[in-house]
Amino acid sequence: MGSDIQDSPESVPPPETPASDLKDALLGVDRIRAGRILRDASAASSPISCIETLVVPVLEEIGRDWEQGQAALSQVYMSGRVCEEIVSTMLPPGSPERISQPRIAVSVLEDHHTLGKQILLAVLRSGGYEVIDYGSGVTVDGLVERAIRDRVEILLVSTLMLPAALRVKEAVARIREAMPEIRVIVGGAPFRFDPRLGQETGADAVGYTASDTLAIVRAMTGAI
Amino acid sequence: MTREMTPAERTAVTMGFEEPDRVPLFLLFTIYGAKELGLSIKEYFSKPEYVARGQTRLLAKFGGDCVTPFCHSASEIEAWGGEVIFRDDGPPNAGRPPIRRPEDIESIAVPAVEESPSLLFGLETIELLKREVGDDVPIVGSVLSPFSLPILQMGFGAYIELLYEEPDLFRTLMAKNEEFCVEWANAQIDAGAAAISYADPLASPDMIPRDLYLRTGHIVAGRTISRIRGGVATSLASARVLPVLEDLAGTGSIGVGVSAFDDLAAVKRQCAGRLTVLGNLNAIEMRRWTPAQAEAEVKKAIAAAGPGGGFILSDNHGEIPWQVPESVLLAISAAVRKWGEYPIE
Repeated sequence: MGSDIQDSPESVPPPETPASDLKDALLGVDRIRAGRILRDASAASSPISCIETLVVPVLEEIGRDWEQGQAALSQVYMSGRVCEEIVSTMLPPGSPERISQPRIAVSVLEDHHTLGKQILLAVLRSGGYEVIDYGSGVTVDGLVERAIRDRVEILLVSTLMLPAALRVKEAVARIREAMPEIRVIVGGAPFRFDPRLGQETGADAVGYTASDTLAIVRAMTGAI
Repeated sequence: MTREMTPAERTAVTMGFEEPDRVPLFLLFTIYGAKELGLSIKEYFSKPEYVARGQTRLLAKFGGDCVTPFCHSASEIEAWGGEVIFRDDGPPNAGRPPIRRPEDIESIAVPAVEESPSLLFGLETIELLKREVGDDVPIVGSVLSPFSLPILQMGFGAYIELLYEEPDLFRTLMAKNEEFCVEWANAQIDAGAAAISYADPLASPDMIPRDLYLRTGHIVAGRTISRIRGGVATSLASARVLPVLEDLAGTGSIGVGVSAFDDLAAVKRQCAGRLTVLGNLNAIEMRRWTPAQAEAEVKKAIAAAGPGGGFILSDNHGEIPWQVPESVLLAISAAVRKWGEYPIE
């Protein structure tokens, strides 16, 4: 038997860590507080270490929260945007502190809904990656041509509408003909509603959230 | 033997939370009519006569309980000065948003329905449908909510940033959108629509936090729906609805579209006697169902939400995709007749 006087688990707030503090700031869209936390963490270690130990885990946690219905898409988007802005000042593109990266490109195939791509770009850039943005409304021909021309190593294809998701298969097959080693990650609403759809496309992986995709990219490339 | 109800009677009885002769079936076709008429999607949406003919033929073929003049969401954006981008096998997209900078909100003019060809197209379609189906089949009109319209007016990312960071411009935009939405909805009611589907995906906690919704879109919905002269059902366009059901009931809505990610039985329990439940067949998976799977899905949905009325079987998004085979739609239609007759065991 324990003591008669016990705090219930709810009454003991968890100890505040930089990660919980950052998550709280991001979910509340508090740019100033998030910036202060990340600058302090970066000064105490290094920008790379701050990204590795703080930015990426917190964005992954927010992504998981969204999957479980504990966070909203607007919070995922704003968290990514806020982190992207701060990381771009801590670790500008082309910075010598970045180690060599694979060539990564992202595209919205055949439709014009860009939110998924915007979140993906923000999260990947917050994770320290440089990403080529092919934009939206890209045709299969256009995507094949650009991916081959740029010798892309990891291609991320975002879709919102079912017909666009079904067209990924052709794009993947044609790109693989020229570059069998390319890794392709697909994502977007149709893949969430039909978990078997990803297999049909011939892609290597499905990113169900942006942070999920970040984890897949990290697994494919090794951490920065 | 009692007479079979008309689709309008069946729908009215279930929306009164009583059991009609069987569960009503709303097969919400938009582009599918083009396939039925052998036209390209762009050509199909070039004449109201084509859309009305497509709707009535699909009604006869698949035995649904409603028709709709709704073509695509981009038609509202066209009225605001946006562009429509067609494709061969899917719904048209809205192109470049008409509001390109937040400052444009101050100057953008609210389109008048009578001066907007894309909206007049919809009204003419309703009038043609009304001549065909009279009062026997409900004509379901549609609006994008003032709160969710900016996703297309200015782009989703830009709108989220506005919502969090530009409260004055947000209020200005809502005032304009509310005027537009009320005029557009009432014009459809006046033309012959029996009810309006109020598409408000941003109301879902999948999209924005509930406390933000309560401070923004919920208030907008209450103000807007109270001015629409007909029944309004809210659709969150396949986003989850269960956590905000109480809030939606407070907007004046009389029905709600349910996501495939929602627990249909739980939604029905919470809605009972207040909101009619529409849903929630997975329209994306439907493409690869067999007829036997379609029957099983219909049976499952009816078992979860059919008893007691207050339920309309439909898909979870408000549109049957082009890629769904006719055999699946015929199986759904047959299954609702087989398993949806009241009383339901």
